[in-house]
Amino acid sequence: MIEFKLPSLGADMDQGKLLQWHVQPGDSVKRGQVIAVVDTSKAAVDVECWDDGTVHQLIVLPGETVPVGTVLATLLAPGEAAPAATGGPAVLATTGPEPAKPAAATPVAAAAVAAPTRPPVSPSARKRAQELGVAVEALQGTGAQGAITLADVEAAASRSAATAPLDRAQAMRRAIAAAMSRSKREIPHYYLSETIPMARALAWLQQRNEDLPITERILPAVLQLKAVALALRRVPQLNGYYRNEAFEAVDAVHTGVAIALRGGGLVAPALHDVGTKPLVQLMRELADLVQRARAGSLRSSEMSDPTLTVTNLGDQGVETVFGVIYPPQVAIVGFGSVAVRPWVEGGELRAVPLLTASLAADHRVTDGHQGALFLAELRELLQAPEKLEAA
Amino acid sequence: MSRRISYREAVREALREALSQDARVFLMGEDVGRYGGTYAVSKGLLDEFGPERVRDTPLSELGFTAAGIGAALGGMRPIVEIMTVNFSLLALDPIVNTAAMLRHMSGGQFSVPIVIRMATGAGRQVAAQHSNSFEGWYAHVPGLKVLAPATVEDARGMLAPALADPDPVLIFEHAQLYNSEGDVPDVVQVDITRAAVRREGRDVSLITHGGSLPKALRAAEELAALGISAEVVDLRVLRPLDDATIMASVRKCRRAVVIDEAWRSGSLAAEVMARIMEQAFYELDAPLARVCSEEVPIPYARHQEEAALPQVDKIVATVRTLLGKDA
Repeated sequence: MIEFKLPSLGADMDQGKLLQWHVQPGDSVKRGQVIAVVDTSKAAVDVECWDDGTVHQLIVLPGETVPVGTVLATLLAPGEAAPAATGGPAVLATTGPEPAKPAAATPVAAAAVAAPTRPPVSPSARKRAQELGVAVEALQGTGAQGAITLADVEAAASRSAATAPLDRAQAMRRAIAAAMSRSKREIPHYYLSETIPMARALAWLQQRNEDLPITERILPAVLQLKAVALALRRVPQLNGYYRNEAFEAVDAVHTGVAIALRGGGLVAPALHDVGTKPLVQLMRELADLVQRARAGSLRSSEMSDPTLTVTNLGDQGVETVFGVIYPPQVAIVGFGSVAVRPWVEGGELRAVPLLTASLAADHRVTDGHQGALFLAELRELLQAPEKLEAA
Repeated sequence: MSRRISYREAVREALREALSQDARVFLMGEDVGRYGGTYAVSKGLLDEFGPERVRDTPLSELGFTAAGIGAALGGMRPIVEIMTVNFSLLALDPIVNTAAMLRHMSGGQFSVPIVIRMATGAGRQVAAQHSNSFEGWYAHVPGLKVLAPATVEDARGMLAPALADPDPVLIFEHAQLYNSEGDVPDVVQVDITRAAVRREGRDVSLITHGGSLPKALRAAEELAALGISAEVVDLRVLRPLDDATIMASVRKCRRAVVIDEAWRSGSLAAEVMARIMEQAFYELDAPLARVCSEEVPIPYARHQEEAALPQVDKIVATVRTLLGKDA
């Protein structure tokens, strides 16, 4: 008995909804034949059968949503006789169970046993498929003996890029939903926040900007990004990825910058090597990144490289951001608005521009102690803005 | 400037140069003197250098190879010619147990700076006992350096660095290459550490050595006509293998076929494939394949001998199968 299971059709797919069966019990099927249509979070996908055989039972009915790996149907291998009594209520057949012709065992059966039960995939194809998020076993191989080759994977990736879903906003909503659900499901977040006086930083920035043409003036957000990158040098455990049950530190700081898109949704592409670039350059690159993010022309490295995300909702007047970590990153830094508020300094009550910085971090990697060190360092760096100028 | 000469002439020139430049060098072997060498490699050298330095030996590979090792220990730089690799089996003991191991056994006190040349390979209808390619056996042994000049330039240039090496070096000359011709630059300087890419390609690496190189190059030509771009890697040095060049080619092409005239079981081809699996598994886009000799004593009859050996059409067919493009 061959089990036909719901394959994973994308990196973020954990379940699928069966839309339609193309076969009925008793139909003989060929390897590679499309036998079902499954709706993933991205699109309706034709699902192929991996084996030659005869459909025995359809277990999942159209309309049902089931996890990846669920047995959708059972097939009889060529020459295999149907079990004496199936008796399962899940058989979908208006005329009752119609077992395959109980053909006597034929010599074909032996060959069927020896045949591989999964399609051959070359090592480089498998590796590339993982990188591109292509469900490799769903592809039709063109190599020797039907093997799935590197070229097949790359062709599939460019095909799926070409046939982008029609409703982009909806697809993006779903992608965000998948990533954020995974984050909240897998990552034990802890949250810290810190109020940072910004008088010195803003005064310094104003002076600094006097020397610059209007088009190159540095926004406070850039100062914040640079301060985050430098503070991470003190607490490098916040910069990197959590994969395979272990933290992988990354030396360079590529901050993901959360950018809201006009049509709804958001992206958080990487601003590369923030810790080592002068402010003027960061400002130029940030402006370029925002523009391209909104034009929909980001580069793949920008999508895959962020080592920590920074989200700034200050423009909306929000005071504090409680971020959700973008997996596999291990922290997100949030900035609220800079607003003049009461503040006690040296025993005196004063009106001071204040900024609330928050940190949401992965408790599997760091503890509140490290998070607190990071926020303290961030605060100190913003008190000495001239230090943020160079690398 | 370069000249066009035969492989045979290239080896002879290299011998003449060695004999002229270093008084410690002498050549000995069966029929190397008066007869001029079984493959006419040393023709004229007896007249030129005299019987002290171009010495005919009795038909005892064990005896004269061991004598060469003794001479090397005594400060000479002997070049021992063994008529074919099949006969070298009689000298396995001095080569493996003495030449290869003496540096170790003496705690570094003695090295054996000998060069042993021999003809290898089939294709001339000389039947099973004169047609093998046992160079892979020697490539198994630590303490030996094993060279396989496949081009006229390498035939001309490998002897000098081999003689300069303080340890035993074996040079395998494929008997079918002696008549081949090629260009040799006026100043020949070849290294004996690296493999060489003889033809650039991107779809499949044909990894080979010695007498199979011309076949691999012809196969690459035919494959090009079919739209398949084959790279040809000449191992040149069979021990120690140049992993870096092999892996660079495999990483580029992602598919490899090893062509080795030896029998496949336990062969040098098997070693090359194992190293690719160890070092470049995730780069591969197809199973590795090889073209070796059939596992039979090499037949005498021409058509049977041809059928037993790697041939251009077998290489082409293997590549096409690998790419899923068989006719």
